[in-house]
Amino acid sequence: MSVLVNKDSRIIVQGFTGSEGTFHAQQMIEYGTQVVGGVTPGKGGQKHLDRPVFNTVADAVRETGADVSIIFVPPAFAADAIMEAADAGVKVIVTITEGIPVKDMIAVKEYLKNKSVRLIGPNCPGVITADECKVGIMPGFIFKKGTIGLVSKSGTLTYEAVDQLTKAGLGQTTAIGIGGDPIIGTTTREAVELLMNDPETEAIVMIGEIGGGMEAEAAYWIKENGNKKPVVGFIAGQTAPKGRRMGHAGAIVGGADDTAEAKMRIMRECGLYVAESPAVIGETMVKALEDFKAKA
Amino acid sequence: MNIHEYQAKDILKRYGVRIQEGIVADTPDKAVEVARELNIKTGTKWFVVKAQIHAGGRGKGGGVKLAKNYEDVREKSGQILGMQLVTHQTGPEGKKVHKVLISEDVYYPGASEPKEFYLAILMDRTKGCNVIMASTEGGMDIEEVAAHSPEKIIKEWIDPRVGLQGFQARKIAFALGLEGDAFKEMVKFVSSLYKAYIDTDASQFEINPVLKTSDNKILAVDAKVNLDDNALFRHPDLAEMRDILEEDPLEVEAGHFNLNYVKLDGNIGCMVNGAGLAMATMDLIKLSGGEPANFLDVGGGANAKTVEAGFRIILKDPNVKAILINIFGGIVRCDRVATGIVEAYKAIGNIPVPIVVRLQGTNAEEGAKIIDESGLQVHSAVQLKDAADRLKDVLKGV
Repeated sequence: MSVLVNKDSRIIVQGFTGSEGTFHAQQMIEYGTQVVGGVTPGKGGQKHLDRPVFNTVADAVRETGADVSIIFVPPAFAADAIMEAADAGVKVIVTITEGIPVKDMIAVKEYLKNKSVRLIGPNCPGVITADECKVGIMPGFIFKKGTIGLVSKSGTLTYEAVDQLTKAGLGQTTAIGIGGDPIIGTTTREAVELLMNDPETEAIVMIGEIGGGMEAEAAYWIKENGNKKPVVGFIAGQTAPKGRRMGHAGAIVGGADDTAEAKMRIMRECGLYVAESPAVIGETMVKALEDFKAKA
Repeated sequence: MNIHEYQAKDILKRYGVRIQEGIVADTPDKAVEVARELNIKTGTKWFVVKAQIHAGGRGKGGGVKLAKNYEDVREKSGQILGMQLVTHQTGPEGKKVHKVLISEDVYYPGASEPKEFYLAILMDRTKGCNVIMASTEGGMDIEEVAAHSPEKIIKEWIDPRVGLQGFQARKIAFALGLEGDAFKEMVKFVSSLYKAYIDTDASQFEINPVLKTSDNKILAVDAKVNLDDNALFRHPDLAEMRDILEEDPLEVEAGHFNLNYVKLDGNIGCMVNGAGLAMATMDLIKLSGGEPANFLDVGGGANAKTVEAGFRIILKDPNVKAILINIFGGIVRCDRVATGIVEAYKAIGNIPVPIVVRLQGTNAEEGAKIIDESGLQVHSAVQLKDAADRLKDVLKGV
């Protein structure tokens, strides 16, 4: 088991023939991911990376049986691409695109309601199940199969955490990059819930940042559901000033509740193991696992 | 993107939102000229001279003054134009005023007392939709109202499928205690304001105060408008409203190199790939005993050119006493980044502050070797913990 994607997932790439799409599709294939085709409107019938190109997602799904899509479409057209994938019956839509207007994402969120589809991102590194399936832009070689699940708003900070875990001898199940935008498809709490319910995942790393209330929501959920697995939390942006956007569109401190300090305090109160420094995420997990075992 | 009050009011007016009329000027002479024009247009005898900067709290800082005749307009404009206006939002150094908005007097006496309200539209991240916030406590800082009397804040969430409905606008107007013509005006005001918000892809509108005049008109006395940067591609006319003079020159320069830079007050510069890791690196600096001098995300393409640009921008800040470079090479290879750093270092010639370089990920060891063998005065590290320790050593000498 694992969550969202595995060795049987059949993936199509939207924006397949563009430079980003081409490069990362190649990398995904090299990782062993079943990339079964791609979509570029107007290029249907062609072959790209030895795989069929389709004009529409509906065609691609019908011909290849794809159940997962990864989107590299430019921001102006990305919302349309997400809705097309949902309409075609794709179950998991991973959107890498950065810079989608908020108004478009409000419409997308509304469109996806009551549909049995899960959107990951946008503005995220994607999802990877170690040694099985990579649907994203993360460097595959740092991941090792194991029992730790990850949820994160950030790309390179996730790689940092994974690298620390791997070096500490802790492999991973699935790492979910949920994205750094103010409106995203899957929230921290939803991603944590997926990993909590995954029998293969023994512990969870939850990486957040300033802005919004998603980490607090996840922490309260973890506590209400009985802290069934140890969760290590880290929040980036302890030194970020109020009112300034730190790179990610969603990383901005508005009030007292969305500071790193407040989020870390809530995580502690909810029984999470908080890594004070980004350098000790792996170390904190080792201690958390020991502590959790001792308490059981 | 932030815009000025006069630009925000121009947008509102286009959508039929009643505003306090005004004309912008950049010299005292021009101010008098536009005041005369405004007198012909509106009949106003008194004028409000308002500093145009991207920050709130202008009145308290001396950036908003009443002028009772044309000579007075010249004098007050002369005082405000060119001043270094300090408010609670500008920081202690303040912001230089380049333009003033000469506005009509809307607090004239009449049949009823003028009354101020607060109105804002923004996106509620938790609910994933827009929300209109209103309060009878006009002119006050909304955060203060929220802290002391949250019951005075009215909220109406907008269903994205159907947009703002008439009953919601009416609910707001009733909750603000309005009746008669003022009530009707407020309903129209809220509806037009929402349309402007949606059409311009705004991320925040704050109208504080909204004024009910003594003759029961509802109008925007001030307007703060924030536009969604990601949507500017479909609003070229709004994108042109950007005022580079309001931005930090280093941040503007960084933008030319596609670097995401935010200037801060600390003593340790940093250069990182990825926004989350950049924030985490700033935290690491603090935990090591320093203070971050900036946020700098070099993005996915950390090469010699971007690293050199990053160095030059960081070094323009005289407070910087050391630099920490933290790159996690995923797709980008560490040996390439290391070569880039060495080349950038040589191109600049002399970097007068110690540098800690931490390269991890693809070809990390090779990268560290290139740095170590370059002969440069650079401390290299592979683990983030080592980088923190190197930084602590460096800080001892600062």
